[in-house]
Amino acid sequence: MPDRKIAPPIKDAIEFNIALNPCTRFSLSNGAPVYYINDGAEEVAMIEFVFDAGNSYENKNGVAATTNYLIKNGTSKKNAFEITESFEYFGAYLSRACHNETTTITLHCLSKHLKELLPVIRELITDSIFPEDELEIFQQNSIQRLSVNLLKCDFVANRLIDQYLYGPQHPYGKVSTKEDIEALNQEDLTAFFSQFYLNAKCRIFSAGKLPADFEQLLEKYFGDLSFNKDLPAFMQNRELATQKKYRINNDENGVQGAVRIARPFPNRHHPDFKKVSVLNTLFGGYFSSRLMSNIREEKGYTYGISSHLQNHIGDTAWIISTEAGKDVCEATIEEVHKEMKLLREELIDAEELLLVKNYMMGVNLGHLDGPFHVIARWKSLILNNLDEHYFYESLNTIKTISAEELQELSNKYLIPEDFFELVVI
Amino acid sequence: MIKYEKFVLENGLRVIVHEDKSTPMAVLDVMYDVGARDEEPHRTGFAHLFEHLMFGGSINIESYDEPLQMAGGENNAYTTNDLTNYYLQIPAENIETGFWLESDRMLSLGFNENSLDVQRKVVIEEFKEHYINRPYGNVWHKLRELAYKEHPYKWMTIGKELSHVENAQLQDVKDFFFKHYTPCNAILVVAGNITVSQVKELAEKWFGDIPSGDKYVRNIPQEPVQKEPQFLEIEAEVPLDALYKCWHISTRLDKRYYVADMITEILGGGTSSRLFQSLVKEQQLFSSIQCSHLGSIDAGLLYIDGKLIKGISIEEGEKAISGELDKMKTEKISETELQKIKNKTESLLAFEDISLMNRANSLANYELLGDADLMNKELLLYHAVTADDILEECRRVFVDTNCSTLYYRSTTSMPDSE
Repeated sequence: MPDRKIAPPIKDAIEFNIALNPCTRFSLSNGAPVYYINDGAEEVAMIEFVFDAGNSYENKNGVAATTNYLIKNGTSKKNAFEITESFEYFGAYLSRACHNETTTITLHCLSKHLKELLPVIRELITDSIFPEDELEIFQQNSIQRLSVNLLKCDFVANRLIDQYLYGPQHPYGKVSTKEDIEALNQEDLTAFFSQFYLNAKCRIFSAGKLPADFEQLLEKYFGDLSFNKDLPAFMQNRELATQKKYRINNDENGVQGAVRIARPFPNRHHPDFKKVSVLNTLFGGYFSSRLMSNIREEKGYTYGISSHLQNHIGDTAWIISTEAGKDVCEATIEEVHKEMKLLREELIDAEELLLVKNYMMGVNLGHLDGPFHVIARWKSLILNNLDEHYFYESLNTIKTISAEELQELSNKYLIPEDFFELVVI
Repeated sequence: MIKYEKFVLENGLRVIVHEDKSTPMAVLDVMYDVGARDEEPHRTGFAHLFEHLMFGGSINIESYDEPLQMAGGENNAYTTNDLTNYYLQIPAENIETGFWLESDRMLSLGFNENSLDVQRKVVIEEFKEHYINRPYGNVWHKLRELAYKEHPYKWMTIGKELSHVENAQLQDVKDFFFKHYTPCNAILVVAGNITVSQVKELAEKWFGDIPSGDKYVRNIPQEPVQKEPQFLEIEAEVPLDALYKCWHISTRLDKRYYVADMITEILGGGTSSRLFQSLVKEQQLFSSIQCSHLGSIDAGLLYIDGKLIKGISIEEGEKAISGELDKMKTEKISETELQKIKNKTESLLAFEDISLMNRANSLANYELLGDADLMNKELLLYHAVTADDILEECRRVFVDTNCSTLYYRSTTSMPDSE
């Protein structure tokens, strides 16, 4: 019979030596860099084309996202159905996404079908025509979807807090309205396509079981495209809102409020970023965080509360967010302030510090499992203009940061007056 | 092909081991054969509330999460109408911590009044967040009640109403625990960078002395064959009219299950699917439309739900759906379309198996269904489905007497749309 009162011995995760497995790099003859990992137990593959064509590059709201979305809805040779069918017949998934700086076109497929599908991707990124009727359907359906989303307190709160943090003109702060969607036209899309896809800055990431002639295949289908245009780095100053506190009534019948408490924060290149990542985890970044322990597990005000550093390439923000009972939103904010105060005034004890360190190391290890995870980590580094040094420095920060440093950072950043505060009911 | 080994402890705990030396991690998954279908009608939401209480400390261990996180692990759990699953991932060197934590809470919970108080509140907020404070959030409450008259699938895992969760007492918690949370009602899967002999030793050490408990014999009313179409119309302050239709299908272990699964893929899988292509793109009657099924163990539901384009009546949308279903009932699907669905299934299963956690979870799921080996046989069962099977199943399922329909009418007009 084991003694159940005594925990089995563990190896502290901070003693683990976590390595970032290398990825293979080469360049197409047009200069476009390719990063890939040919590995994996299953016969599956992923390839992602990352274009510098995100909404930072548009001069009319929604053009970047709509161009990206409709890139699979018509070429001069195939209509939307034929394009979709050419992927779905093989059980492949072509997804696309638009971010602030970049847009992606991502293919997941069985390895054996990669050869047949790469030429279709070439067709999309060289010959999309953005048919008028496809745009109209998109507009109609987007407006309908937006009308439903605008009833959700969390959706509304996320839009507003970004506006306070960056300004309504900033790519990170602007939102798409019904009028913006209505104003889109085919010329906008074809012009944007020609400017940022036909003459593109494109980087390619791939992982999984890849064919032996993978590099030749990429060269064959993409090597001749204009993929290495130098686009001006995106520069836009954030414009912080002057008012700090907001209470919005969005739904008379609402039974919960979306609470957002947020402050501006520098990007990953700032020396505090890695350290604050640890402080954030302890504060609101995992299940045993201060915020969860107090506001969910002790008070029961909410199903979940968390804090995070927004995933932006440029200057970013530190956000606490939760949906709490309508009657306890103000009490929730008060508790968040109390937790900030505790971190400013009291040194974190050794056990809690070790807990958060071990947890973060374990999660890092688990999230580097397999080629798909590893290439995602490389992509994140590369798109943020970082390299493996940053990865190892981050791990080293987790291992070595002290309670004193965390208190110092709390005194620097966890100041309630620096935060915007929003409740949307 | 997923390789695994299976053994059973004397107390009836089934243990499955799946070795994978390519990962530094290990996964431990404990699945209990209890879900919302095992609740009493006046005490719904209990299986799920109970899942929350499983994190409130066990008989010998005050806190579940902290020791796990200290060992570099993370975890979560979910409850469905059929089962409750607890899973953790941890660096393989520290897997014993997982055994220690999971075995102690299988042995007995701490039964702490304060934890019950707090988790009642948390679950009520979860209820509000997902089902009340959300446009169309109550749809599945209504639809389940419409389609199921007898079977406990008529309520959601979150519970029929807030008061059921509010009224839960500590004695109910204890009774529930000793009835369902026993070795003979559970399955343990350990996967990752571990060995079979290591797992045998650890399972024996930590789970071996837990009393077997009584095997829970499920005796729940099965749903009688529906004889008449069911219909409900509700109004709410939502911006768009919506239509929901569902039909009874077979149980999970019936061969017809795979046919129904493929039918949902033909109708609603991706943007090349029939409903999307015809009703969203060509006829432009709906702004979005889905087709899926519950995936339940007892006889489930296949459903279609869509939001109508402003200006199109629900009746018009419904007629168009009927038109598509009529095609399914009169024309055999082509070999190309059949092959497409099979290719999609093959690809989906392959991608699911990438994640160690998914593999462990699937093994537990299939073992709960009766045999972990189903995991390796399932693709063949899909491949065996013919165009005739699909035609026949459509004729059987898509009949009015088997159907429940919900009209969800908008009482608000979109701003400046009139």
